[in-house]
Amino acid sequence: MAGVHFEHVTKRFGDFTALKEFDLEIHDREFLVLVGPSGCGKSTALRMLAGLEDITEGSIYIGDRRVNGIPAKDRDIAMVFQSYALYPHMTVFDNIAFGLRLRKTPKDELTTKVKEAATTLGVDTLLDRKPGQLSGGQRQRVAVARAIVREPQVFLLDEPLSNLDAKLRVHTRAEISKLHQRLGTTFVYVTHDQTEAMTMADRIAVMNEGIIQQVGSPQELYDEPVNVFVAGFIGSPSMNFFSAKTVENGEGVRLEGDGFAVDVPQDRAEEMRAFLDREMIFGVRPENIHDKHFVPSGITAAPTTVTVDVTEPMGNEVFLHLLAGKTMLLARVDPRTTVSADEEVEVVIDMERMHVFDPESREAVRTA
Amino acid sequence: MRPRLATIAWLWVLPAFVLLGVFLVYPVVNTIYLSFFSGRGASVFVGLDNYRYLFTHPETLVVFRNNLLWLVLFTGASVGLGLILAVLSNQVRYEAVAKAIIFVPMAVSFTAAAVIWRFMYIYRPGQFEQTGVLNAAMVALGFDPVPWITNTAVNNYALIAAGIWMWTGFALVVISAGLKGIPAEVLEAARVDGANEVQIFWRVILPMLRSVMLVVAVTLTINSLKVFDLVYVMTFGNYQTDVLANRMFKEMFTFGNFGRASAVAVVLLLAIIPLMALNIRRFRREQ
Repeated sequence: MAGVHFEHVTKRFGDFTALKEFDLEIHDREFLVLVGPSGCGKSTALRMLAGLEDITEGSIYIGDRRVNGIPAKDRDIAMVFQSYALYPHMTVFDNIAFGLRLRKTPKDELTTKVKEAATTLGVDTLLDRKPGQLSGGQRQRVAVARAIVREPQVFLLDEPLSNLDAKLRVHTRAEISKLHQRLGTTFVYVTHDQTEAMTMADRIAVMNEGIIQQVGSPQELYDEPVNVFVAGFIGSPSMNFFSAKTVENGEGVRLEGDGFAVDVPQDRAEEMRAFLDREMIFGVRPENIHDKHFVPSGITAAPTTVTVDVTEPMGNEVFLHLLAGKTMLLARVDPRTTVSADEEVEVVIDMERMHVFDPESREAVRTA
Repeated sequence: MRPRLATIAWLWVLPAFVLLGVFLVYPVVNTIYLSFFSGRGASVFVGLDNYRYLFTHPETLVVFRNNLLWLVLFTGASVGLGLILAVLSNQVRYEAVAKAIIFVPMAVSFTAAAVIWRFMYIYRPGQFEQTGVLNAAMVALGFDPVPWITNTAVNNYALIAAGIWMWTGFALVVISAGLKGIPAEVLEAARVDGANEVQIFWRVILPMLRSVMLVVAVTLTINSLKVFDLVYVMTFGNYQTDVLANRMFKEMFTFGNFGRASAVAVVLLLAIIPLMALNIRRFRREQ
């Protein structure tokens, strides 16, 4: 077991900087997910930790050991690749046993360990098969078995679910979480899928363009995103953003957007006055826009009038695509709603849950 | 009345059958038939005499030995060098240039290549200056010149070297393509699993190249059995360098003994059949 520490790590490929001043402390036994859009540097970070890429600047530590320049084979890590990367000429048994054989593990111990790992992953009946005879899901399990059998200090997973079909992905997600609990090893998991990150991680590091945007627990990132990027990336469907100016309106204040307005009640008005007469970016999640007939109690309701563009009944909820002036908003409302397309309706925004971002820096200035 | 389906089917395959029959089956059958007759003048049935001659006469036994040398050395060295060069060229930036240079001999005609190598191997006795590249180099390095073509201790190897020079490029290109087909992630997985580069080569790369190397080896083995041009041009099979194909040519066109020539042809055919069977089986399995 060991933690991992990235210290001012920079990676350049020629003129392209893939990773900039990357600082990250991954605790021992933690399940940390690196998430971001493709090309954000998350895989590069993982591959540097694995020893598959050189470190241009900075240091990486596994436990107390600085691993710069230490080859992959001596880092005591294991990795699951996106393509699984099984050895096609070997049986499942030999695939799992490969690393142990290289370490000259005694034969009895080797057999026991391989069988144990295979049983854990439910591939113990496939030991004599070659990878070519397995389904995608089975291959993925063998790849995980091959990684856990060596009992590494750190376990690296690079988009291990992206080649599975949707149903199997959900199932395997839960299995990997269980595996993490059982093994009690540090997991570093790379994905572009924020749902995977949210469901499995102890902590998530959101990355964009080679820079860490925010590190925190899934709930922290969801509730208190530090900038527009994190706010838009975490959560599905993603947060609605609109530009609006705060103006005085009698007792309270009013947010004036492009062709629509939101009246902020008096008890929230004071905070909004901080940005008086300035154009700010406001963010509100779909579930914080309500049909005015089904408003939960205890929220600070700010009403606004919008036009319904499309309704999408999902059974347990209804997605409303709304047009607020020229701004598109997505709302996730109570299924009992009776609104229909092209109708002009009044919806209510939960001001308690309103995020405000500076339009210049795009960083959060107030989060609910 | 409508013709039966089977009749139509036979009609469709008839042209193919006729062509195969005239150009493949008939020559093979006739060759086998001729191999039981004495060749010259009035042909007389001699039973297995031609074969007995082939397998007992000292001169033809040398032919078999030479083909065996070709088979082992030519195939082994071409595949081995092809593999080594493929792996090495995969590591360097000027890969394309290096591979092109090694592949160029494939584009040279066999006859031209044989002439080139005859020049390389020229030997002049006594005090004359050596004009062959190889012997000039030997002398420059302080060694005695070697009559490469006529010295029976080395001439077979000299011929085989020319063959290897011609065919290594083929082995290199095919094996190199196989090497590129190995996914980088598999090699990375082995690295993370704890393998060093030597272990990766022997335990991952080489087994994954197995089928490609088998294709190359079978092709080259067939070539080694059929080898003709190089021997014909460089020695015409003299100085104990004769091989089956050249022997067949000689028996037929020099000695006019088509009985013995046919017997050599049959032996060559029989030697190649197992290799073809191997190739066909592999081909079927891949389908």
